[in-house]
Amino acid sequence: MLRVIVRRLLQLVVTLIGLSALVFVWLRNLPGGPIEALLGERATPERRALLVKALGYDQPILVQYAKFMQRLLTGDFGNSIRSGDPVTEVIGRAFPATVELAAAAMIIAIGLGVPLGYLAARHRGRLLDNLSIGGTLLGISIPIFFLGYLLKDVFTQNMHMFPPSGRISTGMDNTDITGFFVLDGLLTREFDATGDALWHLILPAITLATIPLAVVVRITRASVLDVLNEDFVRTAEAKGLRHKTIRGRHILRNALLPVVTTIGLQTGALLSGAVLTERVYNWGGLGTLIYDSISGGRDYPVLQALILLAALVFVLVNLLVDLSYAFIDPRVRVR
Amino acid sequence: MQASRLKTAVALAAAAALAVGASGCAKSDRDDEGGSGAKSGGTFVFAGAGDPKNFDPIFNDDGESFRPIRQMYDTLVQNKPGTAELQGALAESWEHDPDGKVWTFKLRKGVKFHDGTDFNAAAVCFNFDRWFNMKGAAAQSQMIYYSDTFGGFAKNEAEGVGQPVYNKCEAKDDGTAVVTMNQYKGAFPGAFALTALSIASPEALKKYDADTVKQNGDSFEYSAFANEHPVGTGPFKFAGWDKTKGEITLERNADYWGEKAKVDKLVLKIIKDENTRKQELRAGTVQGIDFPAPADRKALAGEGYQVLDRPAFNILYLGINQKNPKLKDLRVRQAIAYALNRQQLVQTKGPGGTKVADEFMPDTVLGYAQDVQKYDYNPEKAKQLLKEAGAEKLTLNFYYPTDVSRPYMPNPQEIFTVLANDLKAVGITVNGVARPWNGGYKDDVQQFGKHDLHLLGWTGDYNDPGNFVGTFFGREKVEFGDQGMTEMFEAIAKADGTVDEAGKKAAWEQVNRDIATKWLPAVPVWHAPPAIVVTKDVKGLVASPLTDERFNTVSVG
Repeated sequence: MLRVIVRRLLQLVVTLIGLSALVFVWLRNLPGGPIEALLGERATPERRALLVKALGYDQPILVQYAKFMQRLLTGDFGNSIRSGDPVTEVIGRAFPATVELAAAAMIIAIGLGVPLGYLAARHRGRLLDNLSIGGTLLGISIPIFFLGYLLKDVFTQNMHMFPPSGRISTGMDNTDITGFFVLDGLLTREFDATGDALWHLILPAITLATIPLAVVVRITRASVLDVLNEDFVRTAEAKGLRHKTIRGRHILRNALLPVVTTIGLQTGALLSGAVLTERVYNWGGLGTLIYDSISGGRDYPVLQALILLAALVFVLVNLLVDLSYAFIDPRVRVR
Repeated sequence: MQASRLKTAVALAAAAALAVGASGCAKSDRDDEGGSGAKSGGTFVFAGAGDPKNFDPIFNDDGESFRPIRQMYDTLVQNKPGTAELQGALAESWEHDPDGKVWTFKLRKGVKFHDGTDFNAAAVCFNFDRWFNMKGAAAQSQMIYYSDTFGGFAKNEAEGVGQPVYNKCEAKDDGTAVVTMNQYKGAFPGAFALTALSIASPEALKKYDADTVKQNGDSFEYSAFANEHPVGTGPFKFAGWDKTKGEITLERNADYWGEKAKVDKLVLKIIKDENTRKQELRAGTVQGIDFPAPADRKALAGEGYQVLDRPAFNILYLGINQKNPKLKDLRVRQAIAYALNRQQLVQTKGPGGTKVADEFMPDTVLGYAQDVQKYDYNPEKAKQLLKEAGAEKLTLNFYYPTDVSRPYMPNPQEIFTVLANDLKAVGITVNGVARPWNGGYKDDVQQFGKHDLHLLGWTGDYNDPGNFVGTFFGREKVEFGDQGMTEMFEAIAKADGTVDEAGKKAAWEQVNRDIATKWLPAVPVWHAPPAIVVTKDVKGLVASPLTDERFNTVSVG
């Protein structure tokens, strides 16, 4: 087991180094860039030349990359071109926001999705099943932007139930420890801050949850249907085992394998969904950061770090999925 | 609504408390500005559209950075609220010698910086010398406005800058600062009102190492002064910049020399999405927003919000690239001008109060000629001119930007569509080319000159024709491909260098006439007034043509 983990982590390092080179060159070959953004309407050839020199873009790309790697090895990702803040600080500020949002969305997706999928499978062909199938179609096909604005319009503009945007109210004097506002409030016992942060979290989390929720419902349903036809389920029923035991130990435990895989795969989708959701709700997380770093003038250092971070998360999640397989399915462990 | 939200928040808090098995109740020692976003009478919350870069005036050149800077600092000379006319600020009066090279400022007495140090002539000279002696490519490359007005530095990092305009600054006595220039420039005294040239506390500049702009790989790192300890003389003091929440908090400066702020606290929120800004305004969480979508203005005004139009101090133009030999022919450029139905464009796509532009500067600027040749919509004349020039089968690549909304160009794609149809109507074949604003548009237009036609514009910085016409047409530019329009460059340089007011006015008027009849390097399209929106109970906010709004006069409720 340990050997597997070590091997996978080594693969990860190689992958990241290769990716960093690719990203480095690719970004610099995109049209436009930080120089264009920094100069705005006030571009003159002299000013452009000075900036190119100041930022070191006049050197060969290999030299630039070597310097970048040299700094990276000391843990220095550089600074955001626009704000001048260290990239680690910029990402460190945005990361908790997105994790908080994604976690809330996943809790909704799994908490609602697994029971719904199970019930749909058990009531196959009946109203509940048809409703959930229809619902998932809608959930997958509705554009996040549209849904975000729709929810916002109904619940914040017409019904005034929720705040329209942001993570916490202006003037809320909360102590920022971890950057997870909900958690911070609990840690510092500033429960009004926790309440306020949850209050801001509900709509964006629902918006972001729709796609993973639909996927989880579908996969759970399909997977439960497969398992229901297995011999061991019939055997268990024939043995007269209690319903609860059959559902938990026999059906769900076996049906959950593909669901776990799906949840892992959904992480990437969550991040892309977060870009749109965060934009709609002014959330200030990684999604906002990606959007701003691209459209606000190709903030190379931030983008490089974000892409590497995304790759890292992706690979680690996949590793976790594989490990949890071993946990759920004893057959994997034997291999 | 507030009450019900508070209740819900408390309920949620209680639930959360139970969930973690903690026993305790919400902190009760909050001041009235805590709670779930409850407004206190003394706070004005205003939403802008982007992150500021930092708060060291000299290193900034964008409105989102200038908004907080304007509240914390003063300039020697400032714009009268709501106009582009000058009035005294830190300098009560100013005068220059007949050559326009020696500027004497009589300074206001008894003014203090936020750190308690005295504002005086030595402080003024410290700032001027600091700018001039700034070292390093990183720092100099960020001093856009300084380079624009003063040309160069003691030691230039850039090539081809020429002689610097600044020579020296002397403190004659505490209340008199004398700034000597190497040459006269038309930009003065207007440029002394530039936010970038705000006066900062010398003590704080030194203490927090303001001159150090570190280069780290392909980016810069600014000082503690710029990020955490900005110190000026303005009506508000810096209290904090919470980058996680996107909120800048400023506090009332009780010792301000001018009209003291009416609110105790000013919060500048960053909300990038225009729709979300509007919704926050409606939800009552902010009391003012900048850059409303043009389409929302009517609705917001109908709901009782105050939509304050800034007098238009900008210009949108249709640029023409004379690298294309067909476009070198003045008749073809005139045909393009006659082909455009700008009046209709203004009515259908312009924000309320937009006016057709006949010159490349607003009519409030010195040197605006009342009698320039106008190009009223005349498709027949356009066709005839194209025929005369032998350009009936003209095909043009028309570049326009996406992913952007500028005050002078809130909806580039719509503007392009209308103008392109006008051109097609006179027989010109138009290839529309869309490029993202920061993803190649400006590079393609300003650096590579890939276009035949393009949309661009400008919001003026101060009341001087050189800031408009001089910026656009004072030199050769790839943007216009106008290689060799030397007569125009010389006329502009001469007008800009004229010291006496009457002569200057006449020279610029002639430049504007000649641009319309002889040169026509581009077609002026419109002047669009950007708006600022505040709630009903906000009073005393004066919209400025230069977006130079100062919030010390604002009261809420």
